[in-house]
Amino acid sequence: MHLKQPSVLPGFGLALGFSLFYLGVIVMLPLAALVAAAAGLGLGGICSVAIEPRTLAALRTSFGLAFAAAIADSMLGLLVAWVLTRYQFPGRRLLDAAIDLPFALPTAVAGIALATLYAPNGWIGAILGGFGLKIAFAPAGIFVALVFVALPFTVRPVQPLIAEIDRAAEEASSTLGASRWQTVRYVILPTLSPALLTGLALAFARSVSEYGSVIFIAGNLPYVSEIAPVLIVIKLQEFDYRGATAIAVIMLTLAFLILLAINLIQASSRRRHGYG
Amino acid sequence: MTTETAPVRLLLIALAVLFLAVFLILPVVVVFSEALRKGLSIYLATFADPDAQAAIRLTLLVAAIAVPLNTVFGIAASWAIAKFEFAGKSLLITLIDLPFSISPVISGLIYVLLFGAQGYFGPWLTAHGIQIIFALPGIVLATVFVTFPFVARQLIPLMQEQGSADEEAALTLGASGIRAFLTTTLPNISWGLLYGVLLCNARAMGEFGAVSVVSGHISGLTNTIPLEVELLYNGYDFVAAFAVASLLTLLALVTLAAKTLLEMRYGDSLATPTRA
Repeated sequence: MHLKQPSVLPGFGLALGFSLFYLGVIVMLPLAALVAAAAGLGLGGICSVAIEPRTLAALRTSFGLAFAAAIADSMLGLLVAWVLTRYQFPGRRLLDAAIDLPFALPTAVAGIALATLYAPNGWIGAILGGFGLKIAFAPAGIFVALVFVALPFTVRPVQPLIAEIDRAAEEASSTLGASRWQTVRYVILPTLSPALLTGLALAFARSVSEYGSVIFIAGNLPYVSEIAPVLIVIKLQEFDYRGATAIAVIMLTLAFLILLAINLIQASSRRRHGYG
Repeated sequence: MTTETAPVRLLLIALAVLFLAVFLILPVVVVFSEALRKGLSIYLATFADPDAQAAIRLTLLVAAIAVPLNTVFGIAASWAIAKFEFAGKSLLITLIDLPFSISPVISGLIYVLLFGAQGYFGPWLTAHGIQIIFALPGIVLATVFVTFPFVARQLIPLMQEQGSADEEAALTLGASGIRAFLTTTLPNISWGLLYGVLLCNARAMGEFGAVSVVSGHISGLTNTIPLEVELLYNGYDFVAAFAVASLLTLLALVTLAAKTLLEMRYGDSLATPTRA
């Protein structure tokens, strides 16, 4: 059993050594500090913070709205990916490039832009206000911000799969008498489902950790529109490192489980379809 | 029948276009509309302010440190991962991705736990008169952390796909390891590298949450552009906030344009980072 297979290429020791050193200093050491701080708190210490009503409310807001936003993005992402990949229309290329806007636009900029648009006197907020809908400075505002930042994560994984769908299978389904809806339901959607799940998980992971785009539109009312990352910042401002650490550990544990789930989903979709 | 009927097609296109225009394009429009609300001269006057200039200088400085560091790491890590077979490779890839799945606020918190006044190295640093948190080193570290995976993520799949045949040929023909890297590997990965550096830079200049936790929020001293946006916005100086934000929006648009051009020309060799 060899740890490394022989190769004629040089530089393995230097490249891996530097990578591990840099990874250790930048990523592992600070994360170890978090683990050590969490160990110092103990399970009891973490749980005592976790069951504080304000923490529970913030976690519920964060995870609930992140899940809702990820579901909404999965459906919107499927629609957008389908239209951009399957149909030809003027402006298609421009819109396709715009999908990455939430990825490229700094979160603070997105935050103040969305807060201005959806405020009661904003372009969109004024229209929706006419129907009695309040978006900004309410949980709905958090939802809008999360749907915005996570959209690319549900469009991009689906697009290549739509492009690669076997047209022969679609033709066969149609020739055998299936309606277009039946073909979509029984032939196309099952092919796309691994990518849809990947997109859902990525969007959820991104939404749950989002901070900058949310704080301006949320109003940050405790128990109502306060997300967990905001509570961490508040605890840090009060020099309550223990409280901040406890909330961070709870969020990080969940984030790690999500990353693991994504890898499992991708592995199984690769096995089933021969590609990721 | 392997496509939708014309009315269904038109309806889907209309829905997707309307959604993207209102949801993605309008926030960008509102940034410039708010920034220019009181005319071009007021807009330009924002950038004469010493605090705004200090924020721009700080952001450029932080990116000038963080991006090269992560670029060197990205090349080293992808060389080790793509060109060699060794035990623990997939664990290493997962660890490199870790900063992507950690909330920006937590990315800042871990450095506070390490280097803050009450952190593990806090007393030692204070005794030696070194300040990391609420100063430039903390801002750089937090930025390096959040942009850590960008270049590596871009290069690993690209170099894996290209294999090692070119390098092996160069070595067989008598080239040194360095020469083989410079004359075969680097030209092969140059566009993917540029793409990764662009994305890394955009995120480095736009990072908000992590930097917000470790910065002292002192205008003119430890405020980056995104933090200055927050300060101005919360001070109800909306025109100045959006004026400063418009710089980051322009950066995002330039990044997107460059990304789109690179994808059009070298589409096959560039993977989208959102396909984790």
